[in-house]
Amino acid sequence: MSTTLAEKPARVKTRRSSAHDPFPEMRKEAGWRKRDRAWGYVFIGPQVIGMVLFVLIPFAASLVLAFAEWDGLTDLTWVGFKNFTDQLADPLLHKSIINTLLLALITVPIGLGLAVVIAVALEKLKTRTLYLILFFAPVVTSTVAVAMIWQQMFRSDGIFSATIAKIFGITPPDWLGDPKLALIAVAIVSIWSSLGLNVIIFLAGLQNISPSIIEAARIDGAGWWSLFTKIRLPLLSPIIFFSTIVAFISSMQTFDTVFILTQNAGPDNATRTIVYHIYDLGFGRFQFGPSSAAAVILLVMTLVITAIQFGAQKKFVHYEDDAA
Amino acid sequence: MSTLNLEETKVPAGTTAKPPLRERLAAIGIPSTLHIVLLVAGIAMVFPFLWMIATSLKGLPQLLQDPLSFWPDPWTWSNFTDAWKAVPFAQAYLNSLYIAVLSILGTLVTASMAGYAFARIKFRGSKAIFIVFLATQMIPAQVTLVPFYLLMSKMGWIDSHLALIVPAMMVNPFAVFLMRQFVLALPKELEEAAVIDGASRWRIFWSVILPNLKPGLGVLVIITALSVWNSFLFPLVLLNSPELYTVPLLLASFTSQFGSVNYGLVMAASSIATIPILIAFVIGQRRILNSMAASGLGGK
Repeated sequence: MSTTLAEKPARVKTRRSSAHDPFPEMRKEAGWRKRDRAWGYVFIGPQVIGMVLFVLIPFAASLVLAFAEWDGLTDLTWVGFKNFTDQLADPLLHKSIINTLLLALITVPIGLGLAVVIAVALEKLKTRTLYLILFFAPVVTSTVAVAMIWQQMFRSDGIFSATIAKIFGITPPDWLGDPKLALIAVAIVSIWSSLGLNVIIFLAGLQNISPSIIEAARIDGAGWWSLFTKIRLPLLSPIIFFSTIVAFISSMQTFDTVFILTQNAGPDNATRTIVYHIYDLGFGRFQFGPSSAAAVILLVMTLVITAIQFGAQKKFVHYEDDAA
Repeated sequence: MSTLNLEETKVPAGTTAKPPLRERLAAIGIPSTLHIVLLVAGIAMVFPFLWMIATSLKGLPQLLQDPLSFWPDPWTWSNFTDAWKAVPFAQAYLNSLYIAVLSILGTLVTASMAGYAFARIKFRGSKAIFIVFLATQMIPAQVTLVPFYLLMSKMGWIDSHLALIVPAMMVNPFAVFLMRQFVLALPKELEEAAVIDGASRWRIFWSVILPNLKPGLGVLVIITALSVWNSFLFPLVLLNSPELYTVPLLLASFTSQFGSVNYGLVMAASSIATIPILIAFVIGQRRILNSMAASGLGGK
């Protein structure tokens, strides 16, 4: 009685007869295990229910809807692969895919490259708080606000265009009205708004490199450049690799910027991205089937690109153990 | 560290062999080349914000005649009062705030519970379910946009904040993963005594684990806050009534109403939406930056 907690009256009986029971502790243990397992399910419960209800079911529905035609009002009709064949033949989807990939191929290398340079520069400083605040400010600001500010700066009489025109002696470019420039404008805003995030991630990575490795290389006579290319960059490569995947995937999900900055999809759909395409089909035209088919295409692209990046990992990524 | 600093001088070109010169310059307040370069780059980074504020204070005549001048002349505050009156900004802030608070609280509870269970409790299927959690992170949320919308309309949650809050409270695989990592980092001894005493898991979780999880919870608060506060696509699809709008949504609707007319007004609206967040960031910058570095990911 004395040792058992009041909250477990069922145990009390066993306890009392413990004089005749050779394995009371084991029994107690087994009972606890059982209840413990139940707690496991209770603890993961809310997230599992949420996952099933709000992710897995919609995900399955998305796969199903991709094979149907539905406007949300009239009856749903099965159309087999028609949505996919229609989508894959649709010049608008082609444009969306090309724009999305182009955007990622411009923003990811430039954005991460700049971030590495800035992070290496910042690592040398003792006080870097001010710079981190300056670089990170765009990250905390909503993409909508950011896109609105840049929209005004990109006008042909806006400060960005006008300054460039003055420096290079050209007529002010109309970034958002010119189909050739609109996507570059989106890329500039994307790079600018995610730079700070990559900088602090790389900075944290650089600070984790043990000083003894750097020291050893220095004693061996390594200069700044070879320290950078032979030590810092290789040791940072797992983080760079990870950031590349994250940046690529998030770039493939660009929506806010094109929606606000280039007002829907830019001149002649020049900035139409896949997510904008999904949104436009689903909520602009209420073609839920084709929209779901486009969503499935986005999913497949995401998976393929991630797989390619993981394949490339073997070649380029070094872990500290190999290098040390 | 001292050796590091000695070597540093090699980097900025020109000053190679003379660390004393650099120190002498620093002593009279002239920063090194690196500082100057970074400062210029940093100011260039925040220039759009400076320009936003400057523009928001310009009157229409100045905007039309001399769109390139930086300083407002005369300083015009009416853009702010006009923008504030034109759309329900206060309401939008309130909406964003309470949606964020509820989403964060829910995420803290459900994600730390799940993270603890995955890290420390042995139950059948634990590993498999955890793998499903990790795998779902590969699914872009936009892929499920249409069915999610249809589900919400079935539940009668379209044009209701419930559609934003409840899923945010209950689905966040990344948060679960993060909390699991934080629990794994805690020493097992911490809870061992309690386990041997037969204390229930809930008690262990509530009075032993949770108090020790504060740094992790802090990280979670910040990344959840950023992603919820800035989220745009889902509110855009799910909300119809302007009085339910969140800040980014209201701001977006503002451009479509007034964008082509007066961009001083639009920049005032952007300032109203942005400045409080920037101030909050400057105040909490250390924590925010550390959280971002620790989570290794944006909240997005």
